[in-house]
Amino acid sequence: MSVETVNLMIDGRAVQAVPGTNLIEAARLAGIEIPHFCYHPQLPIAGNCRMCLVEVGLPQLGPDRKPVLAADGRPRVNFGPKLTIACNTTVSEGMVVLTRTPRVIKARRGVMEFLLINHPLDCPICDQAGECRLQELAVDYGQGCSRFVEEKEHKPKHVVLNAKVTLDDERCVLCSRCVRFMREVAGQDCLGFVKRGSRSTLTCYPGQEPNTNYDLNIVDLCPVGALTSTDFRFRQRVWFLKETRSLCPHCATGCNTLIGSREDVVYRQTPRDNPAVNQCWLCDFGRLNYKFIGDPARLTTPLIGGAGVEWPAAIAHVAERLAAIRTAGGQIAGIGSARATTEELFLFAKLCQGLDSTLLDSVPRSGAADKLLLDTDRNPNMRGAQLTGVASGTPGSRLAEIAAGIARGEIKALLVLGEDVTAAGIGADLLAKLELLVVLAILPGATTQAAHVVLPGAAFAEKGGTFVNAKGRMQQFHPAVAAPGAARAEWQVLSGLLAAVAKDGKKPSPESPSLGTVFATMAAEIPALAGWTLESIGEQGRNL
Amino acid sequence: MKVRRPKLTFLDRLYLPQILAGMWTTLKHMPRKKFTRQYPEEKFKLLGKYRGAPTLVRNQDGQVKCVSCQLCEFVCPPKAIRVIPGQRDAGAPAEARIEKEPADFIIDMTRCIYCGQCEEVCPEQAIFLKKDFAVTGYKRAELQFHKDKLLELGGVHEDPICKWKKK
Repeated sequence: MSVETVNLMIDGRAVQAVPGTNLIEAARLAGIEIPHFCYHPQLPIAGNCRMCLVEVGLPQLGPDRKPVLAADGRPRVNFGPKLTIACNTTVSEGMVVLTRTPRVIKARRGVMEFLLINHPLDCPICDQAGECRLQELAVDYGQGCSRFVEEKEHKPKHVVLNAKVTLDDERCVLCSRCVRFMREVAGQDCLGFVKRGSRSTLTCYPGQEPNTNYDLNIVDLCPVGALTSTDFRFRQRVWFLKETRSLCPHCATGCNTLIGSREDVVYRQTPRDNPAVNQCWLCDFGRLNYKFIGDPARLTTPLIGGAGVEWPAAIAHVAERLAAIRTAGGQIAGIGSARATTEELFLFAKLCQGLDSTLLDSVPRSGAADKLLLDTDRNPNMRGAQLTGVASGTPGSRLAEIAAGIARGEIKALLVLGEDVTAAGIGADLLAKLELLVVLAILPGATTQAAHVVLPGAAFAEKGGTFVNAKGRMQQFHPAVAAPGAARAEWQVLSGLLAAVAKDGKKPSPESPSLGTVFATMAAEIPALAGWTLESIGEQGRNL
Repeated sequence: MKVRRPKLTFLDRLYLPQILAGMWTTLKHMPRKKFTRQYPEEKFKLLGKYRGAPTLVRNQDGQVKCVSCQLCEFVCPPKAIRVIPGQRDAGAPAEARIEKEPADFIIDMTRCIYCGQCEEVCPEQAIFLKKDFAVTGYKRAELQFHKDKLLELGGVHEDPICKWKKK
């Protein structure tokens, strides 16, 4: 089915656009950027910044409603006497748009001069500096010096909107993106402008404060540094941050994120556009939930009985003990985590199968959903756990069976991947009955306390992998920072363990496989992933 | 290979004329102006544009001028500067509304190449290269100049504008 399009010319370039497209988006199709502050593709159009003014011409129509042709055979185009805002003008057949004429440039210079009149120019202390639209456009359309000799308008600075957002009214360019976001997307109509003219001030309704789970999106939306994240405020300059494509690991929605890190410290998470998953939003719950990555309590060395050892010794010890328990006829059970990547779950399932263990499950985790992004399932990869066979049927349904097996003394060894099982019905008294408890974890807890062998793993920002979200979309993420100490990505540990167990005492191959090879092995064994590669998933994901 | 040696006359072999000529040159210089300096007791006179150790300054109100924008850290070619940004506490007097101030400012003097780019890039005129050139220490840690040390070295720099005070 072909979509009906209209033809127009933007700066002499022919563009085909779907009717209803506005001129900013149409120009973007032609690779032309029309500067703007208030326009945002996900928000209703306000048209109040006047930065996107362009010249628009329409073909002159004769009495027969056909374009009148000029002497040279081209349609005659009538330009309007005034400039038009591109954001609120939709494309039409034969339209001619000029975005770089002297009139347009002069208008943009005028808008910039007005915006900069009362701007405090505190770029040295502003967190937006480096990714600020006003800074960028001031380079293009600003003047070297101000003609304004009067006293600048002073507005409230460091206004605490709520615990998450700090507002600096002097920097505000009154674009109203935040007002529209809170009203239309977050559903709490609490922000607005008071006073008039150059005294217009962004403020919150008296006695209210933004209290949705999406407040920090207004910080991303703000084209200047008026709205700043209290968490990120003054912590690092944005030009030092390395941005890594990642995923939010805190619910089954699988929002696409960018991790901003510098020298192995994560400073912030921002949303990454993905129309199929999160558009360009990210909930505050997921965004601010990254502090555990740099927790000083993180496990950094493999431990056998509480004593630190080297990795080869730890792997060999686990393989040896597992073999001994199997020979003695003891059962082995595995509890995986739907917080682990699909590759890790696949390797975990394979390891348990290799040990003739049929008792395998993962721990469910749920919370209240909201209407926008947050899912009831707080595990990022439950679909992945089901896909790899770590969770079958209702997730967590076999945990009781495993607990009973331990209580009866049939299950002698338990492998735990990144979960605190004491919170999932297998208490410390049961764990004490085990002959071998191997825990792969990133933070110490009741389970690692009881463990015979603790293997330190990597947090989501420290490894690569894939998650399958609630809608069955497989997405991949990349490592942003290095894991602390000797901690290693779980998929590396599990491949080592798998090799050690399979080779049965023989020396495991010194080369550890890459994530790509692990994925290829998984794709070859799971029918739903036949023919898939990490490249074919891409950065926007692929539906199962 | 056979080295050909010049044939010396009797006077040459006597050595005395050469020694006397040399002594004469020495004697000639004795009443003249001295060129050597008794360093380190006697210091060099440095020209105005001399670039010595970078320092941080306070303004006439005793305020740290640096607002930790980290541009010096960004521009520093040998990566000698490290700024730990901090927030001026809310309880401080509000005479200047600079909300940002370095929690610490470290210049690794073992790395600094005295290029002066930090001084040039600073939008707040907070960092100046002073005349100190003999930066020494017994340990590497002594050459990590922290905020306090840098402010002590920098002293006060008159600020005619006091941009932040007018906010």
